[in-house]
Amino acid sequence: MAAITFRALARASIAALIAAGSAGVAAAQSGEVNVYTYREQKLIQPLFDAFTKDTGIKVNVVSASSGLEQRIKTEGANSPADVLLTVDIGRLEDAVQAGITQPIKSSTIDKAVPAQYRDPEGHWAGVSMRARVVYASKERVKQDTITYEELADPKWKGKICIRSGQHIYNNALIAAMIAKHGEAKAQAWLTGLKANLAQKPSGGDRETARDVAAGKCDLGIGNTYYYPLMQNNPQQKDWADATKVILPTFEGGGTHVNISGVVLAKNAPHKAEAMKLIDWLAGDTAQQMYANSVYEYPVKAGIAVNPAIASFGPLKPDALPIVKIGQNKKAAANLVDKVGFDN
Amino acid sequence: MTAAAANTILRTSRTLRRPSHVVATLFVVLLAAAVLAPLVSLAVIALAGDAEIWPHLAAYVLPKAITDTAMLLAGVAVLTAVIGIGTAWIVTTYQFPGRDALCWLLPLPLAFPTYIVAYVYVDMLDAIGPVQSAFRALFGYATAAEYWFPPIRSLPGAVFVMGLVLYPYVFLAARAMFQTQSASLIEVARTLGASRLMLARHIALPLARPALAVGLSLALLETLNDIGASEYLGVQTLTLSVFTTWINRSSLPGAAQIACVMLIVIVALMALERHGRRHKRFIVSARRARIAPRIPLKGRAGWIALALCLLPVCLGFILPAGVLVQEVVRRGLLFGFDTDLIGHTLTTVSLAAAATAIAIVLGLAAAICVRMVKSPLSNAGLVIAGLGYAVPGTVLALGLMTPLVSIDEGLNWITRNTAGVTVGLVLAGSSAALVVAYVLRFLAIATGSAQAGLARIPHEIDDVARTLGTRSAGIAWFIHLPMSRAALGGAALLVFVDCLKELPATLLLRPLNVETLSTYIYQFATRGNFEEGALAALLIVAVGILPVIHLTRFADIAPAPVASSSGR
Repeated sequence: MAAITFRALARASIAALIAAGSAGVAAAQSGEVNVYTYREQKLIQPLFDAFTKDTGIKVNVVSASSGLEQRIKTEGANSPADVLLTVDIGRLEDAVQAGITQPIKSSTIDKAVPAQYRDPEGHWAGVSMRARVVYASKERVKQDTITYEELADPKWKGKICIRSGQHIYNNALIAAMIAKHGEAKAQAWLTGLKANLAQKPSGGDRETARDVAAGKCDLGIGNTYYYPLMQNNPQQKDWADATKVILPTFEGGGTHVNISGVVLAKNAPHKAEAMKLIDWLAGDTAQQMYANSVYEYPVKAGIAVNPAIASFGPLKPDALPIVKIGQNKKAAANLVDKVGFDN
Repeated sequence: MTAAAANTILRTSRTLRRPSHVVATLFVVLLAAAVLAPLVSLAVIALAGDAEIWPHLAAYVLPKAITDTAMLLAGVAVLTAVIGIGTAWIVTTYQFPGRDALCWLLPLPLAFPTYIVAYVYVDMLDAIGPVQSAFRALFGYATAAEYWFPPIRSLPGAVFVMGLVLYPYVFLAARAMFQTQSASLIEVARTLGASRLMLARHIALPLARPALAVGLSLALLETLNDIGASEYLGVQTLTLSVFTTWINRSSLPGAAQIACVMLIVIVALMALERHGRRHKRFIVSARRARIAPRIPLKGRAGWIALALCLLPVCLGFILPAGVLVQEVVRRGLLFGFDTDLIGHTLTTVSLAAAATAIAIVLGLAAAICVRMVKSPLSNAGLVIAGLGYAVPGTVLALGLMTPLVSIDEGLNWITRNTAGVTVGLVLAGSSAALVVAYVLRFLAIATGSAQAGLARIPHEIDDVARTLGTRSAGIAWFIHLPMSRAALGGAALLVFVDCLKELPATLLLRPLNVETLSTYIYQFATRGNFEEGALAALLIVAVGILPVIHLTRFADIAPAPVASSSGR
């Protein structure tokens, strides 16, 4: 009696399991693609909606702030992930290191994305760019050009604001400095920058921009998109008006940019749909949306940037191969500790 | 083999003679194993190497991280203890205008995610904010560089913000204990000429120690594991160094090593506290205690009591809630209502409710088992079952993925061999992963509160019931459950609200297309636009308030001059 009940129970639970699992299997048959992303969902959703409208392929999303490579790796062969979208070159390199990628073979990507913003072996491709720029007080800063190196000049003593040196945005900038000038020079630069800070690094890019507006400091280092956010907010318009954005350059180089990019998951269950999405992200519609809803620079040539971003002047991205930034990530993190940048 | 070890085994084997004790011990051990699974997978990651990062960490990272963490914890401990114990003492000892409302107002800051309150205070007190702008206008300063103003983005600022959000843990624990303390003890002390301060110091506080230890350790672990608020406010905590090691130094093993060392230190501290009160008993009376009537405060004394209790409510709840309401109105979030929020609210509430029910049942059952068996093995099991709270949420989530996926792979093996189908990630790829994570993470609250509640029931009652032929299950149902209801109610509230707010594990483990209120807010906050999430933040508060009000009313035991019969 007991044995029969147990067997019936076991059979019923297996049936239930299959029913639960078949929801996922059914999803595999129709047009769907599963995206793991470091982008905030609200921000990226309009892009996915447009993609669904264009192709009829449904996009399922999960977004997180860290650990998605690890999740895909642990999920292993059964991972539902098709595409990983990141906002930092370091993350793309981490995904490759974790062994969760496969080469993206696409002539569309090869044509649309400049070689500098693609992995030579095709494991990742950039889809948009952001620049690390200087927010300057209109009133107190007269110059309209600046170099990253100059930020360490003692003339700015007590006049610069920045968030934690360990944040990925700053980590990438410091990594680029190491790649260009070597570790010793980069350390001297970072020490000089530290000596120029008006306060201990904290907050985010928006606090940095606000501190410039409030006169706590004359220069702040942040990403481009916070400026249009201030402009579009009636309560913050005055703050935007008190500041200007300068696109800094490296000495003899261009402006530091980081990319947001895509990876095709190694065990992607919907590879065809995933490739359609990746190609679509490098297409005109998506590139225009990146410019206008996310306020980033499109990677594809010939797509106009948003007017608010265009007002900073033409962007001349630094020529340093972007992979070098990922390679120097760890050295940059250690340098920040060494000079006590955040202390 | 040492004599002590032999003795332990002997004692364990002796207690296991009764079949019910075997079942009880097995249950506690299994529960401990479930909590241990993610920690073991973390330890496995830690063992993967990367010892070479330690010289660097020791030279440049750890000294600063350890001092900052210690100062943050010390500050939050003092602030939460002063506010939590002080207000709990006032509302249980005295009767004054507004006292009844304060009982449910005081726990409300708990409903806020800490980082949201941090954002609100930074907006208000930062250089650009209204306070400093007014200050500049008043004294004729042109820029914020011309004067000194206490920076909110600092260690003291973090202590202030976290203390305000986390004192309810201590308040709830302290109040539950103070109000069930027997009147007779207090009356005896008064007859002997003890002042009110002496009463608090020598009777109320020592008796409340187990509960205060639980409340304070919850507040401190929450502080220790916080990442959003401390990074934002520029405090270099150890948890932050776990993250930079993982993300920037690309060393997950190194990060896991730091997390494991932290865990060991926490376990040692918790063991030390338990050791300190090992021979003490906190039982008040065999009958349900007669509650001391509250002393009426008239005139100025009443107003002072009201003002003292209102201050933390205003700073920790009314002010942040007011700012959020203002943002909702300003941004038209109510009229341009994001209809997705209805679904997110339902998701959040059902996940939190499921996890709370499971955690409370498991926690109480485990505490009862331990009380029944009283063996070193089951005691250790209960301590281990509470460790989920002692690791940062992201770290727990990382550790949990491997065991979940392994179970899924086992299930797939079974279905493949029986029905020839693979079912995919049934556990790891569904909301079940979130419920498991919440239960494992917040089980400490349930076991801690249940144990504190049970500690006050004299063992003699169990013995009498047993003599009368009641079996273990009957004792649990008819005696333990009713007598620890207040403690369990408080625990359920804490677990529920903590699940509502939980962010790091939810972000990492949630299945495709699942959004909770907390993850919804976070996406705006990371983009420097947290105000867009104001309505969702208020929804968390609204959902959290209802049980708070219900439970604090329910827990407000009327001072009864006549002793009532205990249990049934």
